[in-house]
Amino acid sequence: MSEQFFEVEGLNTWFFTRAGTFKSVRDVSFNLKRGEVLGIVGESGSGKSVTGMSIMGQVEKPGKIVSGSIRLDGKELTELSFDQMRKYRGRRIAMVFQNPLMTLNPLMRVRQQMFEAISEHENVPAAQMRERSIAALKAVGIPSPEERLEAYPHELSGGMRQRVVIATALLMNPDLIIADEPTTALDVTIQAQIIHQMRSQITDRGLGMIWITHDLATLSELADRILVMYAGAMMETGATAEIIAMPRHPYTSKLLESVPSNNEPGQRLKQIRGTMPSLLDLGEGCAFRSRCERASPACEISPPMRSFSSTHHAWCHHPIEG
Amino acid sequence: MINFVLQRLLQCIGVVLALSIVLFVGLWLIGNPVDVLISSEATEADRQAAIVALGLDRPIWEQYFNFLVNAMQGDWGTSFVYKEPVTTILLQRLPASLELAFVAFFIAIGFSIPAGLYAGLKPESSISKAVMGFSLIGVSIPTFWQGMLLIVAFGIALPFFPVGDRGDVATYFGITSSLWTLDGWHHVLLPAFSLALLKMSLLIRVTRAATLEIVRLDYVKFAFAKGVRPTRIVFVHILRNALVPLITVIGIELGNLLAYGVITETVFSWPGLGKLLINSIKVLDRPMIVAQLTYTALLFITINFLVDILHMTIDPRVRSVMGKRAK
Ligand SMILES: Nc1ncnc2c1ncn2[C@@H]1O[C@H](COP(=O)(O)OP(=O)(O)OP(=O)(O)O)[C@@H](O)[C@H]1O
Ligand code: SF4
Ligand SMILES: [Mg+2]
Repeated sequence: MSEQFFEVEGLNTWFFTRAGTFKSVRDVSFNLKRGEVLGIVGESGSGKSVTGMSIMGQVEKPGKIVSGSIRLDGKELTELSFDQMRKYRGRRIAMVFQNPLMTLNPLMRVRQQMFEAISEHENVPAAQMRERSIAALKAVGIPSPEERLEAYPHELSGGMRQRVVIATALLMNPDLIIADEPTTALDVTIQAQIIHQMRSQITDRGLGMIWITHDLATLSELADRILVMYAGAMMETGATAEIIAMPRHPYTSKLLESVPSNNEPGQRLKQIRGTMPSLLDLGEGCAFRSRCERASPACEISPPMRSFSSTHHAWCHHPIEG
Repeated sequence: MINFVLQRLLQCIGVVLALSIVLFVGLWLIGNPVDVLISSEATEADRQAAIVALGLDRPIWEQYFNFLVNAMQGDWGTSFVYKEPVTTILLQRLPASLELAFVAFFIAIGFSIPAGLYAGLKPESSISKAVMGFSLIGVSIPTFWQGMLLIVAFGIALPFFPVGDRGDVATYFGITSSLWTLDGWHHVLLPAFSLALLKMSLLIRVTRAATLEIVRLDYVKFAFAKGVRPTRIVFVHILRNALVPLITVIGIELGNLLAYGVITETVFSWPGLGKLLINSIKVLDRPMIVAQLTYTALLFITINFLVDILHMTIDPRVRSVMGKRAK
């Protein structure tokens, strides 16, 4: 069971707009084992959601996967048409979105929205869809699921809605779940509960999960491995303990400093100085150099991958030495 | 739901009553219709006799009360000008206006919603651009001019359609209408199309705007992420949500079609209510004005009521808000 069932290799997803080409994802590669959680972290606009949408085969126009390979159990997904890919969406790969208040159709009952996730893939009698929906709702800790099935979204709290979405994502027993900041809009206690429930679902069912966030702190309890992205590119990747305890990339280290729990109480949150460069005119060289304290003329050239263990890698000319 | 309906009915009656008072007092203040009605050679005695005959010598509240009692019995008075009961005149003309408006309405809806939906789903396609160009032409040509062009093009140059009048009528279920005959349909299509053209532009634009906005929303992306078929997403997720803002606009447009078809009716010499109101106002034909304005008000009140009911049927959020309010 320890072999990689899901691989992304050299993914490039660009948006061809009138203003120019936005290279939102550049040469991103990673892989996943069953039962494993990969956390993707980075500031707003670093290309995390676009990476998720690329895997779903749902990149919005004028965006396009320009090159790269996405493989599920060895099957190349980038070659599939939109309709062929439809049979994978929800069934083999599921996605949970950022905003729980907007992810459910306001005009449809929970039942209708859950049932359609099943009936669009297989022909199952209603009684069985009902049974499966109730089981999924129970699994994510929803009390009296029979009643919730008949509810409309506006009758549920934000946390409840997000659980419904997660339950819907689990319905078809997918191999991979992509969770795009699914808890940021919720309060901290509910966040913690949902994260805990998702973690146990992943372990119990042996799924792989990609957890997208800009909060490194949530990843320390949830993720097995972390991928740090900046301006569409990979900065550093490694086991969670490696990244948290000994970040090698200057950007990762800045991200860690800005995590609230690492600050003295009462102190203002440390922001990383400067802003991300425009994705339009990214030339050669390290994308972080406009904000990096360690930058040198060498950084005008794209940094090579440096390895610190078999799992821990950073793309930097002057990594932080341990 | 039943609570809500009853409450709304009471409200409607209140509004109509209030409106009839305002109308009555307003008209009373405008001036004395007798001067318009009697010939200039009439003596002062003739004048007084006319005033008494029309009941204009009574105090205003008494005139109003009489009017109200009669109106409830279906007697809206006798037109000062036509010397015929107002109800008879209106009922002669109303079916023509209604059939023109409804045919125009269905042409407008039947074209605009699919076209707007398509333009919202595929904004970059050349068909969408053509649709939007068409809708721009629709708003920029005056109705009057556009009607004439249609007559010249499809009535005279290519005589596909007869122009002027309503064609044969027939009576079924107690309703006399030209829509019961083929000849009637032949007559109604061109003016209805002309009337619809103006409404299409707005409806297409509203449908497209709503669609464009909804396509980007997370619940549509999530539906795709569940692997739902695109056709189902378009009709079950996108169209239903787009209908929420559309219903209001459709309601207003239907009201406008029914109440203000004047220009088209004039251009196509359509024997509807059209110019009746304007003529009545010109000669201060009070009973006619009151009846027609009340009809217009009732029309909009009814449409508003239907729009609310439709909103409640489609949108559970409206249902729960309305439900709470009615309690
Ligand atoms: N529809 C689009 N059209 C044009 N450019 C886009 C589009 N969607 C995304 N992009 C580009 O891709 C970049 C990365 O976007 P993405 O949504 O992946 O960021 P993110 O890391 O998920 O950020 P956040 O934390 O704010 O969700 C954006 O900054 C933008 O330039
Ligand atoms: S490559 Fe240079 S600019 Fe980029 S992070 Fe490393 S030191 Fe900083
Ligand atoms: Mg995002």
